[in-house]
This record gives sequence, C-alpha cells and structure tokens, in this order.
Amino acid sequence: MASKSLYSPRDPVLKKRDDFEDILEERRNSSDLRYALRCYTPALYKGLVPCKASMLKNIVLQSDSLQYVISQVSAECGESQEAVQEEASLLLEEMAHRLQLGTIRFFAFTLSKAFKVLFRSVCVNEEGIQRLQQAIQEHPVVLLPSHRSYMDFLMMSYILYTYDLALPVIAAGMDFMSMKFVGEMLRMSGAFFIRRSFGGDKLYWAVFSEYVKTMLRNGYAPIEFFLEGTRSRTGKSLTPKTGLLNIVMEPFFKGEVFDVNLVPVSISYERILEEALYARELLGVPKPKESTSGLLKARRILSEDYGSMHVYFGQPVSVRSLAQGHINRSQYNLVPRHIPQKPAADTQSFVNDTAYRLVRLQEESMVLKPWVLVAMLLLQNPDGMDLSTLTEQADWLRRLALTFGAFLDWPGKLSFSRKIFMFFFFCLFIYVLLSKPKTGLSTNEMAFNQAVSVLSCASYRNQILHLFVRPALLAVALQTANSNRRDEVYNCFNFLWNVFSNEFILCPGAAVQDFEEACFLLGKCGAIQELQQDIVTCQSGQTTLAFLCSVLDPFLQGYQNKTTMFNLIKHIPININIRETDLETEVVSSFFPEL
Amino acid sequence: MASDGHICERRRAAERRLRVISGHLHQRDQDGHVAVSAQECKAEAPGDNPAKAATAAMPKRQEIMKWNGWGYGDSRFLFNKKGQAEFTGKYRLSGLIIPSLKDWMENTFGANLQHKAPATDCHNDVVKIVELACQHNVCLIPYGGTSVSSALECPPEETRSIVSLDTSQMNRILWIDEKNLTVHVEAGIIGQELESQLNESGYCTGHEPDSMEFSSLGGWVATRASGMKKNIYGNIEDLVVHIKMVTPRGVIEKSCQGPRMSTGPDIHHFIMGSETLGVVTEVTMKIRPVPEYQKYGSIVFPNFQQGVACLREVAKQRCAPASIRLMDNEQFQFLKPQVSSIFTSFLDGLKKFYITKFKGFDPHHLCVATLLFEGDREKVLQHEKQVYDIAAKFGLAAGEDNGQRGYMLTFVIAYLRVLDLCRNVKERIVRECKERGVQFPPLSTCVTQTYDAGACVYFYFAFNYRGLGDPIHVYEQVEHAAREEILANGGSLSHHHGGKLRKEWMKEAVSSVGLGMIKSVKEYVDPHNIFGNRNLL
Repeated sequence: MASKSLYSPRDPVLKKRDDFEDILEERRNSSDLRYALRCYTPALYKGLVPCKASMLKNIVLQSDSLQYVISQVSAECGESQEAVQEEASLLLEEMAHRLQLGTIRFFAFTLSKAFKVLFRSVCVNEEGIQRLQQAIQEHPVVLLPSHRSYMDFLMMSYILYTYDLALPVIAAGMDFMSMKFVGEMLRMSGAFFIRRSFGGDKLYWAVFSEYVKTMLRNGYAPIEFFLEGTRSRTGKSLTPKTGLLNIVMEPFFKGEVFDVNLVPVSISYERILEEALYARELLGVPKPKESTSGLLKARRILSEDYGSMHVYFGQPVSVRSLAQGHINRSQYNLVPRHIPQKPAADTQSFVNDTAYRLVRLQEESMVLKPWVLVAMLLLQNPDGMDLSTLTEQADWLRRLALTFGAFLDWPGKLSFSRKIFMFFFFCLFIYVLLSKPKTGLSTNEMAFNQAVSVLSCASYRNQILHLFVRPALLAVALQTANSNRRDEVYNCFNFLWNVFSNEFILCPGAAVQDFEEACFLLGKCGAIQELQQDIVTCQSGQTTLAFLCSVLDPFLQGYQNKTTMFNLIKHIPININIRETDLETEVVSSFFPEL
Repeated sequence: MASDGHICERRRAAERRLRVISGHLHQRDQDGHVAVSAQECKAEAPGDNPAKAATAAMPKRQEIMKWNGWGYGDSRFLFNKKGQAEFTGKYRLSGLIIPSLKDWMENTFGANLQHKAPATDCHNDVVKIVELACQHNVCLIPYGGTSVSSALECPPEETRSIVSLDTSQMNRILWIDEKNLTVHVEAGIIGQELESQLNESGYCTGHEPDSMEFSSLGGWVATRASGMKKNIYGNIEDLVVHIKMVTPRGVIEKSCQGPRMSTGPDIHHFIMGSETLGVVTEVTMKIRPVPEYQKYGSIVFPNFQQGVACLREVAKQRCAPASIRLMDNEQFQFLKPQVSSIFTSFLDGLKKFYITKFKGFDPHHLCVATLLFEGDREKVLQHEKQVYDIAAKFGLAAGEDNGQRGYMLTFVIAYLRVLDLCRNVKERIVRECKERGVQFPPLSTCVTQTYDAGACVYFYFAFNYRGLGDPIHVYEQVEHAAREEILANGGSLSHHHGGKLRKEWMKEAVSSVGLGMIKSVKEYVDPHNIFGNRNLL
C-alpha cells in the first residue's frame, strides 16, 4: 500500500519523538507588546511568485480553468458570460482572505494575554518547527492539524508567528463569517471561508479549487485545513474528508509544482475549552450559533484552568514520494490542464488512503495525559473504585499503553498517587458539579446531567482509543472465533474491522496489516502466542484481553442498539426523518436505558 | 562494482569478436577471394560528376576525426593547472569550464572499440553484403558517423559475429535536379560534406542538425533527425522525397520521385526512425537555392518565462525565423558551444546590448534567444522586424512601462506546461544527483525550440564525479530518472535521436498495439534479426 515511508518501525516503542519546549514561558517573562511589534521576516518558498491578496483574486478570476467553467456554466444556464463572471467574482469576494500583518500583530498581543491565562504551558516540538522551516523553503506546504477546538487554528497561527514562520491561510467554515467583526478579523488573519456543502455547484467548486491551487502553486503561503472537516466532539479522530486534499495534490499530479509537502500536526489539550458544550451537543442540544456576543459571553472560560497543551509538528510527508509507483502522472497530460477532470479511480483511492494515513500520523503524535488513562478505568467501573486500586490499575495501564507505543506525558516530579488524587477532584468536579441536582429538576433532567458528565469523561477516554483499537478488535475476535485457527480469527477480526471502519481510523484496505499489527502488539505484551497456524491466548494475558474487550464494549453495544432501532423503524410505515447523530449518543443510551 | 565487471566483460567479448573478424579478413586476402575487404573506394563514379573533385579535396574523414568519429581529432578537453577542463581545437571557446566532461564523454561512448569495417561504396555492394550476412547469419550494425544514446553499442546478448558496416565511403552526390529542386545522394555522406558540395552548385538542403559535421544522411533517415533550421526547411521527414533501403527481404523504394503519394500509409515512415530494418543506401532530398542573405540576432528576456511566452507568440503568428532557440539562464552563463556560428555573433552583440539597454535585467534570471534569419534581403529585414516587434512585448525593452507589462504577463503564462516540465526535470536531476552522493551541484540547463503545437526542449546535464565509486552508473540512473520525469510531465520519449536508452518506455509511449505494429514490421522485414543492434524494440 501507499508509502512505507509513512510507517516507521514496526515496533511503535522505537519511534523517536522530539522534545517539547514551552512557548508561554518566554511570554511570561517579557513584554507582549514588544513581542507583537517585533520584526517579522519569515523564510519564504524559493519559487514564490510575489503577489498581494487583492492581486491573487485577479489571477484566479483570469485563470484559464475558471474562465473555462464560466463559459460552460453560461452556456448551460443561458446567462451571459459577464453575469456568470460577476457571480464568480462575488463568490470569490465572499471566500477570500485578506491576510494583513497588522491584524496578526493584534492577535499576537491579545492571544498572548489570553493564552497565559488559559493555559499553564503551550509545548511545541522545536525540531518539528525546524523541519517545517526547511520544508516551507523547498516546496509548497500544506499544514494538516487535528481539530478538537476552535482554539486550533488560532494557536497554529500564533505558533508560526512566534517562530517567525510564514503564516498560513486557513480553510474555515462559513459559520465564522456570520460573526460580526470577529469574522472579518479572522479573514484578515488569513482565514478563507468555504461553504459547508456545495456538491452540485460547479461554479463554486471551480472558484474554490482554483483559489486554493493558485495559492499553492504561487507559494503564496502554507495552506492549512482540517482533514477531519469539523471539530471532533468525541475526542476521537473523525474519518477524513478528501476534497481539499485532492485539490492540493492536483498541482503535483499535473506537474505544476515539483512536490507538495504535507505536514501533519497533532494538537492535544489537557482540557478542551468546549468540553461541556460538546457533551450537550452529542445529546442533541443544538450547537450555539457562532456569534460575537456569544464569544463575549464565553469569556468566563478565562477564569478556568485548561492545563497545558501540546503541539507536535510531524515529519513533512512528500506527495511525490507517496505517489511514486501509485500514480501515473502522464495520464494528466492528455487533456489541457485547465479543463476540470474527475480524478481517476486510482487517484481517488490514493488520496483516500493518504488521508487516512495522515490522520493516523496525527493520532500517533497526540500527547496523552494521565487523566486519559484514569478516565478509561473509571468508565469501565461506573460504580466507582477506591483510590489505591485506581492507582495500581492506572500504573498497569500505563505500562500496557507504553508497550503499545503511547506518547504519554507522565509527570515525573509529582508522585503518581498524588496526581491521581488531584484528578480525583477533577472527576468530582465533572461528576458532582455537573450532575449536581438542582432544585425542581425532574429525573429526566438529572439523567441528562449525568449523561453529560459521562460523555465528558468518555471524551477523555476516547483520546487513547486509537492506541487500543487494533489489539481490542483482535481480542474480541479471539473471544468470538470458534477456534484458534489463524484464518478464522482473521475472519472475525475482518468482520469487526469492517463494522467499525467508519468509527475508528482504519485505513481502507489495510485489514491484513492491521491484523498483523494487532498480533504483533498482543504478542509483545505477552497476551497471545503466534504459532504456525494458530493464535493461542496465554494464561498470563487474560487480564489484558479482558481489558481490551471492555474497551470495545460500549461501541459494540451502541452499534447493536442502533441496528435494533433501524429494524424497528423499517416496520413502521410512516416516514420518520431520523437525524443521524453520532453513535456515541447511542452508547450513552445503552448506559442509561431510561433516557 | 558489479556493473564494472559487466562492462569489462563486454569489452573483452567485443575485443575477441574483433580479433576473429580481422582474422577472417586476412585469410580472405591471402586466398584471393575478394568478396568484401577493407579497401579504399573502388566503385567508379560517373565521369561527369562535379562532386568528384570536391570529394578528393576534402581530407579523408577518418584522418581528421577522432577514432570514433565523434568530433575532430584535435578537439579535446585539457586539464589546466587548476584542474579544470579546457577546450582546445577548432572551436574558439577557451576558458570554458566543464568539470570532468572528458571522462564523461569517453566513458559514455563506451569501450575503445576500433572499428574495422568492410568499406562499401555503392548500393549493389550493400545488397551483396546483406545477402551474405543473411546467408551466414551474421549480425550487421550500420555505422554512419556518430553513436548517440547507445545506438551502436553491441547488444551483450548477441552471440553471432557482428559486422560493423561503415558507410562513410558512400559519399557521392549522384545527381542534382534543378528543375524539381531535388538531389540524389549516397546515404553515407556526412552532413557538412553534403552541404558544402551543394553550396558549390548554389544549393543547400537546409538540414543542419547540431552534429552535422559528423552525422550521415543515412543516419538522419534511420533515426528521424531534426535540424536547427527546421522552421523553414523542415525536419528530415519533410525533406526526404525518395529512399532506397536494403533489407534482408530485399530493396524497398517508391516507384517515383513525386512529392506526395496516397497509397496507404507512407512506407517512408516505416523506414524513418526504424533503426533496425536495413541499410539506407540512396536518398533523394529537397534542395533550396542558397539563401541570398543571412542575419543573426538575439533577444534578451528578463526571465525564462517571458522567453517561453515570446516563443509561443512567435509560433502562434507562424513567423519563426529559420532558427530560434531559447537558452535558460544557466545555459547563458555557461555558454554551451552548440551553435557556434550564431553564438559568436550573438556574444558580440549582447555585450553592447547588455551594457547599454538591458541593465535593468537581473543577470541571474535573464535568458537569451538566438535567432537566424534566411532568405532574400528584403524579406529577411521584414521578417526580422516582425519578430522583434513581438519580442518587444516580452521584455526586450526594459522601460518602466514595459517592465510592468512583463510582470502582468508572468501571471498569464505562469502555467505553461513547458515551463513546468523544465523546472521539474531540472529539479529532479539536482535531487537525484544529491541522493546519489554527487558532491557538487550538477549542471542542468535547457534550450527550447518552437513548434505549432508545442515545443522541443533540450536538456544538458553534467556533474562532477569526484568521490563517486561508479560515476557512469550514477549518470545512467540520473538520466533514467530525468527521462521518467519528462514522461510524467507530458513530454515525449524522444524528439530525435535513436538508440537503446528509450527501449524501456516504448510500450508506455506508443501503447502495446503500437509496439506490436512496429514489431510485426520488423518480423516481416528482418525475421532473423540480421540488423541486430536491438534499438527501439
């Protein structure tokens, strides 16, 4: 499959990871104003075609490919060429960013203030920054951060400004644009706004893709977008969207640039700002509309402690080396390059595959906090457990996680039980404060509040799921398979793998590799033994296997509930419009049947 | 190294083969059987042939040439005190620094094979030789004058004796038809010789490949050659009227000297570029009166993009002069001696131009197009004006206003495929060299020519092999990668030149049906692979 280069050594523990450095430390010791006004001279792409944001629009509007689509559209709907051109120009006006250094400086100042209050530390791997700096000069760069919070892209630009790197242009959802003033501020700090859905709109697609491609080809700025498409409300990575990835790869396929560097960035939070909001959203409370007044109201979050955050800039991935042997680029030369073409089947699967692998790279470099382990244990014991057992089990889990190659941020100085103790209060906060029975609440509302706290807890647990999912699938497969024969175990594994292929990040078509990976990991921690034909479970590994099975348990139950529900609905003749909610909601209802 | 051993082995095999062949020749002489022998020209030329005297006046080619025909004997690179390569000989190019080019050249063109060949001088002799070769199942490799892209390298898998068939003595002009403006020539004639003999009668063919001092007419036909002045005279396929070729099946030729025939696919197109079907013995070519007036010129552009855009505009208006070539900045700085005559005049002109008018251009980006106009005086001047008018839009004048316009134009033309191809291939070469441990940055530049439907790009590439264990292998790998990159960017496998290097991509380039068509022709014409250089297929 694509790119061995994306996969480093088979044993994940051997993976080398960079050290972190706290960028807030310096901010606490020197003037923010001077920092915001300092000389900013980033290293630029060597093939840069210098142009301003306004000129960029002209280039896009005059481009052959847009002109082609404009004449096509005008022929189809009978409008005059000028009218369509005008329409395209309005679309572009709505979309385009107006990156200005002044705004950036303003943000640098205010965000410094805000971050210092919100976070204890913001840790960045400096080696990653150096690699990025190199990559920016060599080829056009695409930044692909994980998406957990609104904070993500502010933080990205902030960090790049701090390290004197070229500021990115960011693909943002239309939602922000509706915010008065703030929308414009974001626009001036490099965000460009795209509609959430524009499937059928040929003109919109042409304007949008040409805009992105022009910036990429000219090396205008690094392009930043979120592979997951939207913020993950559950702490689990979402299956990637490939539209934009396809657009940024096309200039390479068509030979318009020599190479494109994709840089996965993992942003991990100790506590996410929107934590409670997410839990409510998952339970069906509609997302509050983005508005400036809402933002002002939300300023109370400034009074809370969100711990530290880690930003890990991954190794730049060269599209050229990925595509080597998978894409026949000469096929792109048989049609003039400005005529839009649907990507061929091999390109589509290549892009899809790459997207999954990039998300996995993001996951692998997510820094995990001790809370995550504790949350997992607490959720498996909903009735509670005493502190000493929790400490003991958490330590066991830590060792297991490390064997599986976890990227743990384990506090060395504080004794572990003390840490647990602190977390205990933290959990109390979630459990008690949130579900605190207010007077006059019905049982339903109480249950709702309880569900919110469980979901918040689950969103912590979910952060580590990517580590366990493959071994867990194998553990369940071992449990359900009739025999120990390798092929039968694999069949069970494959079934589960397919069921959950939209739930977890499982690269399409990589079931066999995932199976082997799982076997290797379980073998390493001593839970199973691989024989010629059979896979045998070891006596000593029973606890591990049991634990892994219970990791997957809520998901299995959730899926079961969902299918039962669909079966029910099938028999009801009335057409019910079911809103597709995240399956996690179903998981909750499995916990709380009374809901 | 493995490939070292491989090369040595090949060399030994070739030497052994030559010993055997020369042994055969000596024996034949003693026995008095004169079928084929290494003798001087023996055919009788028609008594009234005006070309006869000219031939005699010219020194024998092998006397002034290097052993392999690739250049004059006294042209060579020397290493000066600083250890840099310097060029000597007929070209005036002293001071040109081309690191380690000498070894590169010698090594690339293979072992020190001394060609001992049965000289032939007329069509019937060739027929006899081919018959004998078929009878005794001997492999024949015709040799015109040059060997590029490993075209004449003996295939290592060949187990039969190989006879190198030198056509250099088949070098007479047989007749000139001034009414129809055609000339009938023996195909072994070297380009320069043909041109100078025709000039005496007031004519020229206009076919001037860069290698015209060394390459032969038959070679041009067999490899689909392209000439520098193709814009007005055409490439070899436009110039040829009639071909006579000896194949193992017999002689192939058209029944008339007519300018066009509609009798199915043109059989000339089976011959031109075929490389492995037979020996071209006689060719009728179009000729033109020697142009009354020639004028060289040059245009300076602020950057390569502008240059390409200008060439595109020239092609669009169909007003390309006899030759128009665009060199990129590196080329301009290294001053490659490809078109020596144009070059000298251009240099003189440029010095003046540059100091006075074009100071505004960045010397690290500017590039140059060289021009050659031909025809009668009036038309040349008119033509020149037309081209310079176009050129003025793309950066000849460096005024404020024009500079601005040039800037705008960059955006309009920024996505031309040619530009992307040039940039990507150069970058690939640089990157591949780096990956393979080449310590010094390689020289890789390009030159383009224009066509109605596209462009022809030449890449030049050289590197310093200091510190490399097996530089030839590295060179081959890099060239391979560059070729791959060209194909990926929509370039063709080859514009002219034959040889073995492109075999690997043939199927991809012409589709498997296309390859099958070529194969079946070969199978019919030469079932026993007598012409066994194994090029193309």
